[in-house]
Amino acid sequence: MASIVLLTMEHISPRLDPVRAGLSLVVDPIKYLVDLPTETASRISNSFSTNATLKEDNKKLRETQLLNQIRLLKFEALEQENIRLRALLENSFKLGEQVLATELLSVNIVPPYENIVVVNKGTRFGVHPQQPVVDANGIVGQVFRALPNSSEIMLITDPNHAIPVQVNRNGLLTIAVGSGELNRLNLPFLPDNADVRPGDLLITSGLGGTFPQGYPVAVIDTFTPPANKRITATPKALLDRNRELMIVWSDKKSVSLAPTQAPKQAGVEENAHE
Amino acid sequence: MNNSYGFGRIISTIVLAMCLKIVPLPVMFAVYNPDWVLLTLIYWSLAMPERVGIFHAWTFGLLTDVLTGRMFGQYALAYSLVIYICLSLHRRLRQFPFIQQALFIFFCLLLSQLLLFFIKNIQDTAQLKPTFWLPVFVGTLCWPLVYTVLRFVRLAKSIKTD
Repeated sequence: MASIVLLTMEHISPRLDPVRAGLSLVVDPIKYLVDLPTETASRISNSFSTNATLKEDNKKLRETQLLNQIRLLKFEALEQENIRLRALLENSFKLGEQVLATELLSVNIVPPYENIVVVNKGTRFGVHPQQPVVDANGIVGQVFRALPNSSEIMLITDPNHAIPVQVNRNGLLTIAVGSGELNRLNLPFLPDNADVRPGDLLITSGLGGTFPQGYPVAVIDTFTPPANKRITATPKALLDRNRELMIVWSDKKSVSLAPTQAPKQAGVEENAHE
Repeated sequence: MNNSYGFGRIISTIVLAMCLKIVPLPVMFAVYNPDWVLLTLIYWSLAMPERVGIFHAWTFGLLTDVLTGRMFGQYALAYSLVIYICLSLHRRLRQFPFIQQALFIFFCLLLSQLLLFFIKNIQDTAQLKPTFWLPVFVGTLCWPLVYTVLRFVRLAKSIKTD
């Protein structure tokens, strides 16, 4: 029947995407309707927080803001240095990333062993599939499908998701596969003699092109040495506790530093360092 | 006039069922969440076969596909098949005692769940967990509830039945 035709059509080509976008306008209000109680609850708790707590919060936030700013100062200097050093190596440098803050809609659209969540921004804000999604602690997942008013995000722990990672300590490359549980990633492709230790930080390696390089992903769990085939890691991002997520635009085209400016700066840098 | 009013009532119950389908629950309970949309559709197709047919099942199935981000036509196929069976057997089913009816519903839900699993398996290798079948059992247990509530809705201000 018609549904079989539709199924095969979608399996073959993405030509039905506009139809899905159109129909999503009909059903998206349902998502927002279901989200409404949670939304109102958080709003009410917001408006009833006392003056004292607000002041306290404000003070704390100011302190962290100051700390972050100081760190950022150093970071900017380091970034500049990095660009110059890369110019020395005649390498290219990736542009900075842009982020869009989104909020989770509290709906369960799939059975719990598939980790897909819905956020409240979609193609109207320029979101497109395969964009990486992060929170304040690390990588959360990637945009799986962007609809006009909402988008579906596949978490890194989804059984169908794999993310190329790198051990931060020694640069060892591997792939972290989702386990279906929100607090675990599997590392099935490590050889028996791989140099990993419990507590090692895994960061994105930038291979594959979806995720920008250098974001924290997970921390290796404790394991007993002969069980190298079953090494697991705990995601850094608070996958089940966060309502605010960031969708990242990482500029795909890298800026090659043209030799017009590079040699001069490189020279300066060399002097400065030696 | 009366006709369109009755249809509004049917649609609103189905929309409510869609809400229930995606309502956020803790993982512990989420695995039990039955397919409310299908249960509602089955009820209406048994109670008013001249009002709710395969076309409606297909349309709402398609909307459910979009709502839950599934492959296009997956729920549509499952729902229309189940509703087809319901429609062809509705005269007999209405005479059945409650237990027998519930058994029939069980097989309907099982059929739909199996179809969804097959389609998912074509798309990518799905893991078959034991919890996958829980919604079928819970759905069957919820049938009396759905039946009573929807019957109340239907008779609240009588929509003409056959």
